[in-house]
Amino acid sequence: MAEVIRLDIGVEASGDGHRMALKGPATLADASALAAQLAALPAKEPLTIDLSGLDRMDTAAAYAILSAEARSKEAGGRLELTGASSDISALIERVRKSLPKPEQETAPRLSIADRLERVGRTTTSALASFLDSIGYFGLFLARLVESIVIPSRFRLTALVHHCQEVGVKAVPIVALMSFLIGVVLAFQGSVQLRQFGAEVFVVDLIAISILRELGILLTAIIVAGRTASAFTAAIGSMKMREEIDAMRTLAIDPAAALFVPRILALLLMLPILGLIADVAGLLGGAIMSWVELGISPGMFQTRLLEGTDVRHVMVGLVKAPVFAIIIGVIGCQFGMKVESNAESLGRMTSSAVVAAIFAVIVADAIFSIFFAQIGV
Amino acid sequence: MAEPIIRCRGIVNQFGSQVVHDHLDLDVYPGEILGVVGGSGTGKSVLLRTIAGLNRPKSGTVEVLGTDILHASEDAAMQVQRRWGVMFQDGALFSALTVRENVEVPLRAVPGLSPKLRRELADLKISMSGLPYFAGDKYPSELSGGMRKRAGLARALALDPDIVFLDEPTAGLDPIGAADFDQLIASLRETMGLTVFLVTHDLDTLHAICTRIAVLAEKRVYVTGTMAEMLKVDHPWIRAYFHGPRARAAIDAAERIGN
Repeated sequence: MAEVIRLDIGVEASGDGHRMALKGPATLADASALAAQLAALPAKEPLTIDLSGLDRMDTAAAYAILSAEARSKEAGGRLELTGASSDISALIERVRKSLPKPEQETAPRLSIADRLERVGRTTTSALASFLDSIGYFGLFLARLVESIVIPSRFRLTALVHHCQEVGVKAVPIVALMSFLIGVVLAFQGSVQLRQFGAEVFVVDLIAISILRELGILLTAIIVAGRTASAFTAAIGSMKMREEIDAMRTLAIDPAAALFVPRILALLLMLPILGLIADVAGLLGGAIMSWVELGISPGMFQTRLLEGTDVRHVMVGLVKAPVFAIIIGVIGCQFGMKVESNAESLGRMTSSAVVAAIFAVIVADAIFSIFFAQIGV
Repeated sequence: MAEPIIRCRGIVNQFGSQVVHDHLDLDVYPGEILGVVGGSGTGKSVLLRTIAGLNRPKSGTVEVLGTDILHASEDAAMQVQRRWGVMFQDGALFSALTVRENVEVPLRAVPGLSPKLRRELADLKISMSGLPYFAGDKYPSELSGGMRKRAGLARALALDPDIVFLDEPTAGLDPIGAADFDQLIASLRETMGLTVFLVTHDLDTLHAICTRIAVLAEKRVYVTGTMAEMLKVDHPWIRAYFHGPRARAAIDAAERIGN
C-alpha cells in the first residue's frame, strides 16, 4: 500500500509574531493536529499562514484556519493568509460564507410551576385519551347498528377473515398457556394443601381460580398482546400511507370498513377463546393432580361437579365481551393516532399493547369488586 | 481527456429472468456533473447502486479511483468507499439520531478527531448544505422532505469526498427548492472539486448543472454527451424525451436566463 502523505506543519517565530508554513495535503485526517497547533499559538500576536506549499485543502482544514482567524480577531490579533492558490482561496471563501452562526440557546430551566404544569398536562391527556376511546366505542356501536339496519353495508368477508386471524390462529397459544397455568396451580396448591392434609381441595382451588379469573384474564392479556398490536399496526400503516384519507375521499367510512369487522371479530372470538382456556386449564390441573397427588381423573371430575358451581364459569365468561371491546377499541384508536412517520407507528403499537393490558386489568378489578358486592 | 475517475466495463445486472444491464460501459471524468437519465425500469438506480458497491453485478468490472471495487480486498475497498458519499432519495437519515449526529456518523471513523471539532465540522456541513443552524438539533421526522434531502447531502459530504452519488436529488421538491438544490450542487462541485454522479428525471437539473448526460436505453448506456448533442440523437425514446413539451420548456427557460 502506498505511503500516506500527511500535512507538514512548520512554525517559526518571525518579528513579533509567528509564521506557519503548511505543506502537502491539508485534509480532515490532519485537521485536529492543525487546530491544536493553531490553538497553541497566542491569539494576540500576529500570525502569518503560508499556504503556498499546499497541493490540496478540504473544508475541515479550512474550518480549522477560519476558527483560528475568528479567535485572533476577537483577541485583537492579526492573522494573514498568503500564497493561497485560487482553488484554495475559493474554498476558504465558501467555507467562510457558510460558517454556522449558533443561535443563543436559552436553556429551558424547569421551575416548580412548569413541573406541576407538566403533571397536569399528562393527567389531562390521559383523561382525554380515555374519553377518546369512549368516542371510538360509540362510533363502533353506531356503525354496527347501521350495518344491521342496512345489511348490504356489512362486510362479512372481512369479519370472517378477522375471526380467523384473531380467533382460530390464537387457539394453540391460548390453550398451551392455560394448560401450563393449570399445571402450575395444581403443583403450587398441592405443596401448600398437603400440609393440612387437604389435598383434595386442590380441585376447588384450580377450578375456581381458572374459571373465575385466570382463564379469561390471561387469555385477554395474550390477545391484547397479539391483536391490539396487530390492529394498531395494520390501521396505523394505512394511516401512514394516506390510505385512510383515500377511503374518505372515496366515500368509504373507515370506521365501518376497518373498525366494525375487527372489533366484532374480537367480540365473537374472545368468549370462545376464554372457554378453550378454561378447558385447557382444567385439563392441565387434572393431569398434574393425578401425577402429583394421585387424584384420579374420575375423582377430579366428581369433585369438580360437586364443589364448583356453574356460575363460576359464567362469572368468568361474562367478562370476555367487555375485554374484547376494550382491546379492539384501543387497538383501532391507537392505529388512528399514528402520524406520517415510521417511528410513531412503532411507538403507537407498543403503547396500544400497554394500554390494552392495563385497561383489561383495571376492568377485571372493577368486575371483582362488583361481583363481591352482589355476592356471586 | 483526463483519466476517468469511474470506469465501468461490461456490467451485466439481472434480476430473475429480467436483464437490466447487458454489457454496459460507462466512464465518469473528474470534476464533471454526469446526469444519468432513462425511462422507468431502465436501471438508473441499479447502476448507481452497482457503482456505489451496494449491488453486485453478475459480471463486469467497476473501477473507482483506480481500484477495482468488486475484486479488491476489503481494506482497499473500504479506503475507496471513504472517498465517496451517497445521497439517497429521501435522505435515508438514521431516524434515531438528530441531523447533527447523522452527519457526525462518518466523522467518527476518522482517527484523532476531537469530539468538539467533530461537532463543529458537522455544523459546518449542515450550514454548507443550506440548512439553518437549528436544523442540527432536529430529528429527521421533524424536517420537511427538502430539508431531509439537504441533511442527506450534508452527511454524504461529511468526509469531503471526491465523488458524490445523488439519487433523484430534486424529486419531490417544489421548483424553487429544486433550482436552489441545483445551484447548491453546482457551487459545491466548484469549490470542493467534487465529481457528481446523479440520477434524475428533472430536465431543468440536466440543463442547469449537468456537464454531460448519459442516456440508459436498450440495456446499456446508449449515448453520452452534452445537452446540445442529445438533441441531435436519432432514437425514438431520446427524441421523445429531449424534444417533448417539458424539455422545450426547460430549454427555453435556460435560454432566457442565458440571455
